[in-house]
This record gives sequence, C-alpha cells and structure tokens, in this order.
Amino acid sequence: MLTKQQAKIFFLVGTFVTFAIFIGLTIYSLQQVQTRLPEDVARGKHIWEKNNCMGCHTIMGEGAYYAPELTNVIERRGEPFVRGVLQAKKPWQPNGRKMVAYGMNEQDTNDMIAFFKWIGNLDLNGFEKVDRKVSPLAVDHMKDNVE
Amino acid sequence: MKYKTQKVAYWFWALSMLLLTIQLTYGFIMGFARLGYDGLHQWIPFNTAHTVHLNTLVVWLLAGFMGAAYYIIPEEAETELWKPKLAYLQLIALTLVGVAALAGYHFNIWEGRKFLEIPRELDWLVAIDVILFLVILLMTILKGKKKSTTVWVLYGGLAGAAVLYLPGMISFDSQVLDSFFRWWVVHLWVEGVWELIMGGILAFLLIKLTGVDREVIEKWLYVVIGLTFLSGILGTGHHYYYIGVNKIWLIVGGIFSSLEPLAFLAMTLWALSMYRKGEKKHPNKLAITWTLAAAIISFLGAGVLGLAHTLPQTNLYTHGTLVTAMHGHLAFWGAYASIVLAIITYAMPNLTGRKLYDHPRGRLAFWLSNIGIFIMVSAFAAAGVAQVYLERILGYDFGQVQNEIKVHFWVLIIGATILSTGIILYIIDFVKYGLPTDEALEA
Ligand code: HEM
Ligand code: HEM
Ligand SMILES: [Fe+2]
Repeated sequence: MLTKQQAKIFFLVGTFVTFAIFIGLTIYSLQQVQTRLPEDVARGKHIWEKNNCMGCHTIMGEGAYYAPELTNVIERRGEPFVRGVLQAKKPWQPNGRKMVAYGMNEQDTNDMIAFFKWIGNLDLNGFEKVDRKVSPLAVDHMKDNVE
Repeated sequence: MKYKTQKVAYWFWALSMLLLTIQLTYGFIMGFARLGYDGLHQWIPFNTAHTVHLNTLVVWLLAGFMGAAYYIIPEEAETELWKPKLAYLQLIALTLVGVAALAGYHFNIWEGRKFLEIPRELDWLVAIDVILFLVILLMTILKGKKKSTTVWVLYGGLAGAAVLYLPGMISFDSQVLDSFFRWWVVHLWVEGVWELIMGGILAFLLIKLTGVDREVIEKWLYVVIGLTFLSGILGTGHHYYYIGVNKIWLIVGGIFSSLEPLAFLAMTLWALSMYRKGEKKHPNKLAITWTLAAAIISFLGAGVLGLAHTLPQTNLYTHGTLVTAMHGHLAFWGAYASIVLAIITYAMPNLTGRKLYDHPRGRLAFWLSNIGIFIMVSAFAAAGVAQVYLERILGYDFGQVQNEIKVHFWVLIIGATILSTGIILYIIDFVKYGLPTDEALEA
C-alpha cells in the first residue's frame, strides 16, 4: 500500500516537473508574441478595458455572453457600421438588447477600430472562422428553402 | 470550539453571507435583462451586473476561506490565534476595499478584465490585506504545538493564491498577453491552488466528521493535490487554444486538462470512502451532507462538465458561449460554494453553543439550493447547446439566436428562485444561531 511519505513525494515531484515544463512553454510561447504594438492599437485596448466592454461582449471568446463576439467585427459588419455603434449618443439597441451609449469622439473611435483590426488579423487557430461557419447540411437546407 | 480566538471566523462568514446575497441579486438583474426586462439599464447596465456578480462571488468565497483558515488553524495548531485584533483589522480593511470596488463598478470605474475588474490602485490594498492575513496565520502556525499536513496544505493554497494574484496586476498593451496572464490568476486559482484550499478544508471536515485516523485522511490528501497540480498546471493550456499563442498549447492543454477531472474524482472517492469507513460519526448530519455534496458535485460541475468542452476539437464550437456559463455555475457551486457552506455548517454550532445538527430548515436549505442550481445549469445547458448549434454550426447571426433561446432564461429564473429560497433559509439559520460566545468553549 501507498504510504503517506510516498504520496507526498508524488505530490512534490509531479508539481515540480509540470511547473518547470509550464514555465518553459511560457517562455517559448512569449518569444513569438508581439509585445510592442502600434500606439492606436494600445490606446484602443485601453478604451476597451476602461469601459469594461468584456462585461457584455466576448473577444477571442473571453468575456460575457450577452452581446456578440467582436474578434472579427470589422470583417463581419464593416468599419462604418462599427463607427456608428461607438459614436451613438443613445443606447444602440439591436434585437431589443441595449448597449451603453458611449458617444465616442473621432480619436477614440479610430483607436477602437485599430484595436479591432489588429485582433481580427491574429492567427487564432481557426476560432474566428467558426464564428461564421456554415455546415454543408445547412447550405443544402437553405438552398431548398430558396427554391 | 477549542480556542476563543476562533470566533473571528464568524465575522468573515457573516461578510460572506452578505456578499452572497448581493451576488444573487445581481444574477437576477442579468437573468431579467436577458428576458428583455432591463429597466435598470441606465443605472446598472449588464456589464455592471456581470462584474458585481463575479466579484461578489470571488470575494464571498475568499472571505469564506479566510474564515475557514481562522477557524481551522488554531484548532489544528493547538494554540490561540496570533494577535486576533489584527485579524479584525484585516476583515475591516477587506470590507472597505470591497465596498469601494463595488461602488466604483456603478460609475464606470474598473478594468474590464473578466474576474479581475478591481482597479489596480485597489489591487495594492488587496495585496497588503492578504499579506497581513498570511502573516497572522503563519505566526499562529509557528507558535503552535502541532504542524499538521492539513494546515500546511490549507496554508499553501492560500499563500499560492496570493502569489498568483500578482501576474494579474501587470499591464500589457497586447490583448494576447493580457489574456495569457489573466489565466494565471483565474485558471491557476480554480484549477490549482483553490483545490488545495478545498482539500485542506475537506480533510479537516473528514477528520472531525468521520473519526477516521488523520494519517489515512492526510495520505489521500496528498494524492488529491498531487493529481491537481499534475494535471492543472499544464491544463492552463485549455485557455490558450484561440488567443493567438503557439499551437503547442492545443496538444498540451488538451491532454493535461482532460486529466483534471481525475483530481476531482479522487476527491469524491476519498470523501465517500472515509465516510463509509468512519465509525465515530459526528452528530452534525447537516455538515456531513454538505461535505459529501461538495466532494461529489465538484466532480460533476468541474470534472464532468469541464471535460465536456475541454478538448480543442469541442472547445472550438463551445468557446465563449452559454455552455461555458453552464460549467462555470456548477463548478463554482459544487466545489467552492459548497465547501464554504459545509465548513460554516460544521462550525456554527461549535462557535455559538447551539447544537442545531439536523433540523428541517437546514435540510430544506440544502435541498432547495442544490435543486435550484441543477435547474439553472440545465437551463444554461439547453440554451448553450442550441446557441452552439444555431450560431456556430448553422451560421445564424448572434442576435437572432439569442432571441431564439430566450425561453430558457425563464427556466433559469425558476431555478434561481428555488436556489435563492434555499440560500435565504441558510442565512436565516446563520442568523438564528446567534453570535459566537466564549461559553461555547469546549474543555
Ligand atoms: C472547481 C473548478 C472549476 C471552476 C470553478 C471552473 C470555472 C470556470 C469558469 C468560471 C470559466 C469561465 C472563465 C472565463 O471565461 O473567464 C471556465 C472556463 C473553462 N473551464 Fe472551468 N472550472 C473548473 C474546473 C474545470 C475543469 C476541471 C475543466 C476541464 C476538465 C474545466 C474546463 C474549462 C474550459 C475548457 C473552459 C473554457 C471555456 C470556454 O472556452 O469558453 N474547468 N471554468
Ligand atoms: C440568482 C441566481 C443566479 C442567477 C440568476 C445567475 C445568472 C447569471 C447570468 C445571467 C450570468 C451571465 C451569463 C452571460 O455572460 O450572459 C451569470 C454568470 C456567472 N455566474 Fe451566475 N447566476 C446566479 C447564481 C450564481 C451562483 C450561485 C454562482 C456560483 C456559485 C454563479 C456563478 C457565475 C459565474 C462563475 C458566472 C460567469 C460564467 C461564465 O462566464 O462562464 N452564479 N450568472
Ligand atoms: Fe481552466
């Protein structure tokens, strides 16, 4: 039977080894991440954070699930649409759900757009694609309905 | 209770009960907003409600853990707490920081990073508060007569949680790095050091409630926390699939996070077998019920429902949908909410001298809250699966899909009402026990 001492060794060794690998992988990954960004993107991120946009939306799949995923919003909706939402003086209200009216100025809007474009260009291992993925089944089904 | 200073625990738990009430209230605000009743939008928009819901959750659990530590450590170390006045000071400081943070959330003062919304200036105060907490307990352990494994594991978990808070305080320009280190806090807390805290509390409860030999219980404690770190540290990779970092995490995260349920399964088996083995069962049946429930439901919520979406192939579809909310609710409830409610249920009769061990209101509180949360989780599951199907497989627009799945939020509200009734009964019990008193000291 396992003794308490053996169990303790299992804990210590397992923790030490996996932690060492974790740190190694972290260093390896971070070398490939862009750390210095264009200023407008960085400012955009700051605005994103200051207003807690993540409290309703997701970005890269993280946040709350009340409002749409924004990783690809520029590609999906186009820039003018997004500008309109950000600059709206009254709560934007698609499908009945209200967004806070930020009434952003020109500069802030530009920064936000830069931030979204930057995120939209990242390689997210296929996540951003799935957002608009249509299964073959559904394509057939939609064709039938049109005819 | 065995030492007078264990009474400090009561006040931390009182804070927990208060914050839990606020958490549930803001949960309802979100639930109703999703049904189209968002009359409070101007004052409490969804992001405020969400942030308050999550922050009160984390702080009531932390206050619960702190109370547990102040209760357990003197008893295990066989000594009075070191400088109990400082412990009260630490509580007051924690409360003030909490109130300031919660108030700020209503005035757009926050840092929009899910779970870590507390502004950085207040982060420093939190850090100081936690250091004070850790010093008080370390001094207590050092001056104590005994140094048990249970105490070291509990203390290690708490100290680890404090250290892991720091990476969350660094600022980055890049959303990728921000997300990367946010998970060092959020993931390495709930799937790492918090499991040590839970394991420590569970070990203490099992020792007290089943009468099984400490050496046996603590041996399995090592196995549980061994499995936790073995899987959980590299399991962090399951949050790195789609945030713009190296592809290696798809493999590492997939494999190791799939092993994480083993730690929770071990916890379940451990608690059940100690319960069966125990020959000197404690008369506090309610505490036994909550303890076993924590050990079992944590496996369902974290282990089973976590496994359901942790492989990269499945997570590609469910990432950032209501499926995550389904898992988040049962995992937090089964593991951390339940273990805090268990230790409170065990300790209250000892602190106050009122031996309410197995009474109808207490049983009703247990059953209603658990039935309620299962209904809520089922509603999130139904909504989440439909969302994934419509939005991610058929490609419908987000808003259209949300209208389609609205109906499930009525079920959520029903579940939430049952849960809240249970919690209200639990709090009524808490109040009816009365204040802790020195007369409850055991010889
Ligand atoms: C008691 C332990 C656990 C708790 C409290 C918990 C809670 C949570 C919460 C709140 C989230 C959402 C986090 C956010 O978006 O910021 C989350 C995400 C996640 N959890 Fe857990 N969890 C636990 C254990 C587990 C385990 C053991 C697994 C795997 C087997 C797991 C798998 C996942 C996955 C894959 C996600 C990401 C979901 C997504 O892509 O949107 N969790 N968890
Ligand atoms: C009155 C009862 C409750 C209601 C109505 C409620 C409702 C909600 C709603 C609507 C969300 C937001 C989902 C979204 O992003 O759109 C949420 C998030 C969350 N709630 Fe609750 N909740 C309740 C109780 C609880 C309890 C008791 C816990 C923990 C023990 C909890 C933990 C969480 C967590 C961890 C999240 C974040 C989930 C995620 O993003 O994956 N809630 N809740
Ligand atoms: Fe995780």
